[in-house]
Amino acid sequence: MNCPECDATLKIPDDASVGEIVSCPDCGADYEISKKEGSNIELKQAESVGEDWGE
Amino acid sequence: MSKICIVFDRLRTEEKMLQKEATELGHDAVMLDAKITQVNTDSKKEDYDFGDVVLERCVSYFRGLHFTASLEFMNVPVLNKFDVANICGNKMFMTLLLKKNNIPTPKTYFSFSSESAAENIEKVGYPLVIKPLIGSWGRGVMQIKDRDTMDAIFEIRDITDSPHDRIYYLQELIKRPPRDIRVITVGDEPIAAMYRKSSGGFKTNIALGADPELCEITKEMEDLAVKASKAMGGGILGIDMMEDEQNGLVVHEVNNTVEFKGLARVAKRNIPKEMVKFALNFVRK
Repeated sequence: MNCPECDATLKIPDDASVGEIVSCPDCGADYEISKKEGSNIELKQAESVGEDWGE
Repeated sequence: MSKICIVFDRLRTEEKMLQKEATELGHDAVMLDAKITQVNTDSKKEDYDFGDVVLERCVSYFRGLHFTASLEFMNVPVLNKFDVANICGNKMFMTLLLKKNNIPTPKTYFSFSSESAAENIEKVGYPLVIKPLIGSWGRGVMQIKDRDTMDAIFEIRDITDSPHDRIYYLQELIKRPPRDIRVITVGDEPIAAMYRKSSGGFKTNIALGADPELCEITKEMEDLAVKASKAMGGGILGIDMMEDEQNGLVVHEVNNTVEFKGLARVAKRNIPKEMVKFALNFVRK
């Protein structure tokens, strides 16, 4: 799968789950895995860090 | 066999560890993304797969808090409870409750306008530490060492003027070694602790690069952590303490959705397993 932003190859581990974040090694864009059915994976833009994020 | 539901908005190592431990204990674990879950005033818990108990693990405080309100509306057992999350997420509410329960905590000043806060600092003297009411990972925590720094920070706050910016939370700067202590409590029981050593500045947040180091829980730490946990209403918490050179241990923060992946690698007890066991026992009571 390629990065929607810069077209670099995204490495998505086989055991990755829906909701996990993958980062593009080239441009640094973050994507959230929104769907995963076998090898069929869909990504969406990850949320950026919010003011209320944390513990 | 029981079923535990882990509510998340960003699936981190911690949530995967909780899922793994629940499965290894022989229970079902269902992962629920709060971002895509819809609730309305007619919603019932039977409409969803919440299992026997929910662990609310959102990284966004407000999302988690409001999701918890929805769960309690549907009578779904959830950790932490809404009241606990509400208090721990707001530094002023948390500090007031610590003090009310006679738990040693740094002296803290509250003002409700920049003018009043400035007047107070001139009276109390520098330095003081300003902290945002809501927020984590050390964001927005700054030392006010002099008048110029104060003017700059207050001016920016007046310009941004978000509702919480109007409340000024100013705390004495504690003289201490360049580290603090994080104690994780599960059901009012301290199960692991670490020192968080500053990586240069005065902040000791792991998110900012502080080095974690395993800490043996002393009787004093244990007593203080138990008291702080009970004061907040219990559940699964991260109690932060500083070693004040003058007054001994002081509790400066209690965290509601505690992160533990670093500590879990070195802790003697299995942190996520203890959390899962506690959650399932919580619902059996």
